[in-house]
Amino acid sequence: MATLNTAQTYTTGLIQNFDLYAPKLVNKEEYFCAGHRACQGCGEALAIRLMCKALGKETVIANATGCMEVISSLYPTTAWKLPWIHVAFPNAAAVGSGVEAGLKVLRRKGRIPDRYVKTVAIGGDGGTVDIGLQALSGAMERGHDLLYICFDNEAYMNTGIQRSSATPFGASTTTAPAGKASIGNKTWKKNVPEIMVAHNISYVATACHSYPIDFMNKVKKARAIKGPAYIHCLSVCPTGWRAESKDCIKLGRLAVETGIFPLYEVENGKYRMTVELPENLRPVKDYIKLQGRFRHLGQVELDFIQKRVNLEFAKLMQKVECLKSWTELAKQA
Amino acid sequence: MTKPVGIEVAVAAAEAVALCNIDVAAVYPITPNTHIAEHLSDIVADGRLDAEYITVESEHSALSAVMGASATGARTFTATSSQGLMYMHEVLPIASAMRLPIVMGLGNRAVSGPLNIWNDHSDIMLQRDSGWISIFAENGQEAVDMFIQAFKIAEHPDVLLPINVNMDGFQLTHMVEPIVFPTQTQVDQFLPSYRPFATIHPDKPLSMGTLALPEIYTEAVKARDVAIVNSKKVILRVWKEWGKQFGRKYEPVKSYKTAGAETLLLTMGSMGETAEEAIDALRKKGVKVGHLNMKLWRPFPFEELSKAVKGCKLLIVTDRALSYGGPGGPLCSEVRAALYDDPSRPEIVNYIIGLGGRDMRVEDFMKIIETAPKAKKSGGAYQLYGVRE
Repeated sequence: MATLNTAQTYTTGLIQNFDLYAPKLVNKEEYFCAGHRACQGCGEALAIRLMCKALGKETVIANATGCMEVISSLYPTTAWKLPWIHVAFPNAAAVGSGVEAGLKVLRRKGRIPDRYVKTVAIGGDGGTVDIGLQALSGAMERGHDLLYICFDNEAYMNTGIQRSSATPFGASTTTAPAGKASIGNKTWKKNVPEIMVAHNISYVATACHSYPIDFMNKVKKARAIKGPAYIHCLSVCPTGWRAESKDCIKLGRLAVETGIFPLYEVENGKYRMTVELPENLRPVKDYIKLQGRFRHLGQVELDFIQKRVNLEFAKLMQKVECLKSWTELAKQA
Repeated sequence: MTKPVGIEVAVAAAEAVALCNIDVAAVYPITPNTHIAEHLSDIVADGRLDAEYITVESEHSALSAVMGASATGARTFTATSSQGLMYMHEVLPIASAMRLPIVMGLGNRAVSGPLNIWNDHSDIMLQRDSGWISIFAENGQEAVDMFIQAFKIAEHPDVLLPINVNMDGFQLTHMVEPIVFPTQTQVDQFLPSYRPFATIHPDKPLSMGTLALPEIYTEAVKARDVAIVNSKKVILRVWKEWGKQFGRKYEPVKSYKTAGAETLLLTMGSMGETAEEAIDALRKKGVKVGHLNMKLWRPFPFEELSKAVKGCKLLIVTDRALSYGGPGGPLCSEVRAALYDDPSRPEIVNYIIGLGGRDMRVEDFMKIIETAPKAKKSGGAYQLYGVRE
C-alpha cells in the first residue's frame, strides 16, 4: 500500500499537501484568463488553463472551432495571453503544421528572433476524432514538431450534445437519444490514442484535468519532444453529461478509477500507467450513476459496459506488461 | 532582360513563384495543376529555394497550412484545381477575412460530375464570393508575370488579401510557350520583402480568427468589401509599374481592334488569343468587330468595362461556366448588371462555351459572332454553344 500509487492515494496525497506542493509544481502565470464564457464547472476550460501553465510563454496555439474557441474569443475580447489562431473546425492540425513550418523557416532565415517556439494544436473530440482526424493523421505522419491535444468531452457540446465517435456506449445524446427503441449511443468510444500510437510518434498519452499534475507533466514531456506528440485529455462536461457542476473533478477521477478512462503514456512504443489502478477496478456504476446521460440504462446495459471496460482495461494492461520500447527492440533486432 | 525560353506554362509558373522567394508552400496534387506542385518541389529539393514544402493530405489542409504559415509572417503559396478548390471552399473566405496575403495558382478545370479533368471556369466561379482577388492569365507569359505581380498586390499594406491567379487547365498549364523570365535581381527590385501587419508570435501575443456576434459581423463584411474594392488602385499601380519595368502592359479589360467596332466579343482566360484570330479574319472581311479580354475578375472592373464597351451595339459575352436555372453564365450576369444603368448600353448576348475541355476553334468564334444578332432576336438569356440536342 505504501508504494502503490493508486488513484486513491495519489488524489488524497495531492490534495492534503496541495499548499506545500502546488507553488513549486504549478506555473503561477495565467495564460488562459478568467472572464471567458465557459459553463459553470467546465472541465475543458480548466484543462486548457492547466495546459497553458505547463506550456509556458514560448508557445503558439492553433485552436479548432468548438466550445473552447467560442467561449474564449468573443470579439473584441480574448481569454488568451498566448499567441492564438483559429481558422475552422476540421483543420487545427493543418493550421498547426503551417504555423510550425512558418516559425521554422522564418527563424532559419533570421526574420523572427532566434528562439525555439512550440506549436500546439488543440481541438475537441469532434474536431479531432471525427471531422479533424484526416488533418490530424496527416500532421502526425508528416512529422511536424507539433503537439496536438484533444480535449474530449465525449460529444458535440458546442452545438448541443450531439453524438461523436468519442461518445461512450449507452450515453443519451441529442442525435443518439435514448428511447423505447434505443439505448442511446450504440457504439463503443473510438480509441484515437491507439490510432496515434500506430503513427509511430514518440509520445502519446491520455490525461484528465482531475489529475492536474499528471496532466501538466505530460504536457511538459510532450512539449519537449521535437516532433509530433499527442495527448488525449478527458474533459468533463457537466452540461452535456447531465451532471452537477460541482461533480466535475469527481467525475474525472471516477472515469479513471473505474478503468473507463485509464491514464497512461506511450513513450517510443513503451506503455506505462501513470496512475496505477488496482486489479479489481471500481465498479463503472459509481461513475455512471452520477450522470443523467446514462440514467435510462438498466442492469443489462451496465453489465455489458462493465464487461467491456474490463476487457479494454485488460487489453491495455497486456500492452503495458508486454510491449517493449523501440530502443530496446532496436537493440535486439 | 533574358531571351525567351520554350517552357511548359505550369513549370514556368512554379519558376515564377520560386523567383518570389516564398517561405512556405503546401500543395496537394490534382490534375491539371500537378506540374506546378511537382516543379516547385523540385526547386526546393535542388536547394534553389529555401522554403518549407508541406506535402499535405488534402486541399483543405493545404490552404489551412498556408494560412497558419502566413499568420506567422511567411510568404506563402498554394495551388489547386476544380475538386481541390471546392474541397478548400470552407477555408477560402476565412483566408480573406483574416487578411492573409496567400497566393494561389489555379489550373482551372471543370467540376464533377460527370468527372472531367479538362478546362472550363466552373471551379473558380463556384468560389466567386470568397473575398479573394481574382486575375486571369491569357497566355504563359501573363501567368508568369501575374504570379510575381500577385505577391506584390496581395502583400501591399493597403490590400492584405489572398489572390488567385487563374490559368486555363491544359489549354494553358500544359502548353509549351516561349516565355521571358525576369532575373532574380529584377524580381527583388520589383517585389519588396513581405512586412506583415500582425503575426502570431510570443513576443506580441494576439488572437487571430475570433468569433463575431451579429453586432460586429456586418462590419467585418464591410471591412473586407472596402479592402477588395480599394485593392483595384493597388492592382492598377502594380500593373503600371510592371509595364514600366518590363514593358508588358496589363489592364483589367484588354481591348483588341475595338476602334469603330459595332460588335464586341468578350472572353476571359486563354481563349482570348483564339478569339483574336477570329476577329482578324472577320475584320479582313470588313465586319466591324473587336475583342475584349477580362483579366481582372475580382474586384470587378466596372469603370473599365463600361469604357471598353462604349459605342458598340452588340456585346457577345462568352462564359466558361453555367449557373443552372439562373440567368446564364456568371460573367455575363455580372456584365449585364454592371451595364444596366448605362442608357447607351449595348444589346448583350450570352454564349456558354468550351465546357469540360470542349475545344473552341477560330471558326467557332467566327460562327458565334455571325449568329449572335439572330440569337439575340430568338430570345433566351443564354445558349450553350455547340451542344448536341
